[in-house]
Order: sequence, then structure tokens, then C-alpha cells
Amino acid sequence: MAKDTITELNKKFMQRPDCVNDELKEILRTIDIREDELNAFVTVTAESALQEAMSSSKRFESGKSKGILDGVVVGIKDVFCTKDVRTTASSKMLDDFVPAYDATVVKKLKDAGAVIVGKNNCDAWAHGASTENSDYGVTKNPWDSTRVSGGSSGGSAAAVASGECVYSIGSDTGGSIRQPAAFCGVVGLKPTYGRVSRYGLIAMASSLDCVGPIASHVEDIAKILEVIAGHDEKDSTSVDLPVPNYSLALDKPLKGKKIGWAKEFVELGLNKEIATAIDSAKKIYQELGAEIVDISLPNIKYGVPVYYIIQPAEVSSNLGRYDGIKYGHSSSESENLIDHYFKSRDEGLGAEAKRRIMLGTFVLSAGYYDAYYNKAMKVRTLIKQDFEKALEKVDVILAPVAPTTAFKIGEKTSDPVQMYLADVYTAAINLAGNPALSLPCGFDSSSLPMGMQIIGKHFDEETVLNFGHMYEKKAEK
Amino acid sequence: MIYSVGKKCGFMDKITITDIDKLAKLARLGLTKAEKQSLASQMTDILEYVKQLDEVDVSQVEPTSQVTGLTNVTRDDKVLRSDIDRDELLSNTPDTENGFIKVKSVL
Repeated sequence: MAKDTITELNKKFMQRPDCVNDELKEILRTIDIREDELNAFVTVTAESALQEAMSSSKRFESGKSKGILDGVVVGIKDVFCTKDVRTTASSKMLDDFVPAYDATVVKKLKDAGAVIVGKNNCDAWAHGASTENSDYGVTKNPWDSTRVSGGSSGGSAAAVASGECVYSIGSDTGGSIRQPAAFCGVVGLKPTYGRVSRYGLIAMASSLDCVGPIASHVEDIAKILEVIAGHDEKDSTSVDLPVPNYSLALDKPLKGKKIGWAKEFVELGLNKEIATAIDSAKKIYQELGAEIVDISLPNIKYGVPVYYIIQPAEVSSNLGRYDGIKYGHSSSESENLIDHYFKSRDEGLGAEAKRRIMLGTFVLSAGYYDAYYNKAMKVRTLIKQDFEKALEKVDVILAPVAPTTAFKIGEKTSDPVQMYLADVYTAAINLAGNPALSLPCGFDSSSLPMGMQIIGKHFDEETVLNFGHMYEKKAEK
Repeated sequence: MIYSVGKKCGFMDKITITDIDKLAKLARLGLTKAEKQSLASQMTDILEYVKQLDEVDVSQVEPTSQVTGLTNVTRDDKVLRSDIDRDELLSNTPDTENGFIKVKSVL
């Protein structure tokens, strides 16, 4: 059964304010039934959610709703600070960390009347492509519980897919919104770098981290982005550009528009069924009047190697603050200050965080900085230019999200390089900064959802969402 | 796949336990013996994989460290009052005394 859009929910709430409470109770029932199996939340905040829903329904009752997101139930990936609600980043290091403030995105949602139902599970520190790195257990795929939900925002995508929330806010550093969205058959947007404030997001790799929504419909994504996007003086990398009314652009006709497809995508090891599904999507776009144009992204194959130098370098720096002194896990075994650093970090951090800290420390170390980090930053320039050149010729680029559908739990955990290759179609876009939408494009022969990606010019989320929405409408028929 | 292993650009072929010890010290990161061994082999694999960057000619290319193009974003040099008080901020601190963060002895 098709899920209500946020607009439809809003209409219901206007007509019958008590529906806000009913919708939340239905979601809490779903959580009761599914959560033991799925594990999509680290923390469920049922009590405060019930109060928020009550306040929201009263606002609708008195005709004073706070807008389209009022009363709509949201999950927040557990890497965003939530005032007075435990925020773990899915790492034991922050097991009992309770922030004193809200992330800007959380504050904006609260101001818009959102009902926050809990904190979604993810890979610890958002490091991973499967949520298997979470210290609170893997999030299982709602379509097949022997498979991963993707990552790192796996809890967010699984919760949306299973009806444990209407939408969720995730973070995407190398594909962490888009890949789990594809694995769970939902829609996810990585906005342009700088479009949404990162203030209060537990930093992973600061030049790559983007904040974005995961939902069931492209139209929902537009509505959410209108609320969360915009400049924030607390994030000096957020860009001061007006926030468009994304919803207004959704239904623009695609006649005469151009879609780029790069031959390199197939060469990077794309699964045949996904390739066929994307071919069908191309036909749908042609029926809508758009033209498919061959483009080339010669440096995209270097996306993962560049990403796995720059990202751990920034990780090693950002995780330096977890020293067992200011906040987070503090060792009770240590003898002096330096010993305290070593022991607190050893006890609090998991295998993947340790791997990335070590890798990052290596690529930044004297003697190797030029060969690795500086080289990677230069190849990053080439990757960025590839996208700029291609997008001079076309309106958007169509691409796969991941080379495969959801893989089996445990399949890739022993081989980090194999796990990193899950980012082969997504990480390059974080390096370039462009916006990219992940949306479902059918099911494979094992009945697992497949996803495709629509990549746009910097700050042109309008066109990306327009292409996504038009496809979704046509494909549903 | 065979990579042109670069003395010329200083790529590393193999990470040893000695390297791991040195890096762990730089990162103030405690590791068990088993962790060190698995990190040495996994990091060797990862560095082998990223070595393919050796084939890219970047002699005429400027590095990219950020993509927004924003430069020198500063705010007015004025004290802003936070709506979070000190006790609230220190509530997550493992060890405090009289409103200060307490650390172990340095020596």
C-alpha cells in the first residue's frame, strides 16, 4: 500500500487534528512490532513524542499549525545532537552523552512542529556502508532480514521503509544517505555541500559531510529541504543563498531536457540487473521528452581511492577530541594523563574508527603527506572538474547508487577494501560537492529494491528533485 | 593489477608493526597486539588499493581542500552570550572540581 505523502498527512491533520496522535500511535505500534527484528533505533523517545504530538494536534485544533511538517513523525540519525536526549553516534565512546543543545537541523525541525520519535542507528561515527559497525548491533534490511540495510544511515532508511517514522534526517559523507535509501527502497537526498547546516552534527570528514532527508516520496524530500536548508552563522561552511520553493519546481515538464550517462559507470562493476533497471528508467525519461546524452567522467574511478585518503585524514583529526577528558568514555584504569588518552580511546573506539584514525594519521604524517594526502587533493580537483564539464552539456547525470543490491550480513566485514567499494558511485560526488538524489527504480530477481541516482549542478536541487519526481510519477502508473 | 610502485612519489609498500606503533603513538591510540597485526595487514591492502593514484598526472593541478569557494568566513569580534550555562556543559564531563575539568597528573 502506498504511503501517504507529507502533504496528504498535513491535509488529514487539518481536517482532523486528532489524526496527529493516531498517526504517532500507529508508528509506535509498528516500532513495537518490528524493532526487535530491525534494530533501526538506538533510542526511542516515545514519551516526548506523545507530548509533541499532543501539542501539535492542539495547534491544528486552533488553526495555528506551524506548517507542512507540523505533527509529522521524524527519526534523527544518532549523529545529530538532540538537547536532553542521549546522542551516541552509535559508538560506546558516547554511550551516556547527553547534549546540552540541538543541532541546527534538529532545532529547525522542532520549530516546524516535528514529532521526534527517536534516534536512528548507524555505523559508529557514520563509518561504514552496512551499519555493521554500530556498537548497538546491525540494522537489518526490512525487505530481507538476512541482509544489511546499508550505511551509514541504515537505521534511518530501514525505519522509513518499515513505517517506523515518516522521514528521517541522515548524514552523507561518501554515500551514507543514498546507498541505504537504495538498499531499503526509499528516497534520499544528499544536498549540495553547504546547503544544510552541519552545526551539531558529530563531525566525520568536515569537507565532505552533508545533511539530508530520507523519505518515501520525492515530493516529501522537497518539503523537508525547504525547512532544513539555508545559511547558519554557526556553520561557517554553510552558504548564504536563498532557499527556493523546491515543491514548485517538481512538476516542470522535462521535454527538451538532457540527461547524461557515463560509460564509465558500467566499467566500475555494475550489477547487470541494476544496469537493466536504469536502462528502463532512461526509456521513461525519453517518453517524458528528455534526451539521453553520452558523457564521460574519466576520473570517477579514482573516487574511492581519493575518498579513502581524504576522509580518514579528516576523521583522524575530528576524532582527536575524544580524549576521555571533556566528555565521552573515560578509562578508569589509567595512571597518568598520556596513559589516560591511550586507554580511553582504546576502550571507547571500535575497529573501524581505529582503522580510519590510523590511516588518516599515516597519510598526514611527515614523509607521506605529499604522496598521499596532497596527491588525493589534486585528483579531487580533477573529479570535481569532470562533473563541472559534464554538467555544462546536460541538466542532470543519471547514475547507479551502488554496484549491487543489499548484501548479506557478514559478507564484507572481514575485507575493508570490499566494503569501501560499496561507495564507488557515491563518494566521488561528495568530493565534487554536487547534490544527488537516490530513488528506487524497481526490484531485482531476489525481490530486493534497486536504486538510481540523479546528480545535479551545485545548488540546483530544484532540477534534481524535478527529475526525480517526474520519474516517480510516471513509474508508479 | 600491477602498479608502478613509486620511489619517485614516496608510496609505501608495506605497513609493519613498527609503523603501527609509531602511528598509534602519534594518534594517542591504545591497541591490542591482535589489533596491531590486523591493522598492519589491512592498511597494507588499503594502501595497495589507493596506489592506483600513481598513474594520474597532477603536475598541473591545484589541490582542492573544500568545494564552496568561501574564504575567510569570520564573525564580528564580539562576545556572544550562550544560552547554555557552564553546569549544563560540564554535565557530560567525567571528572570536574569547582566548575573546572579535572585531568590526571601529567607526570
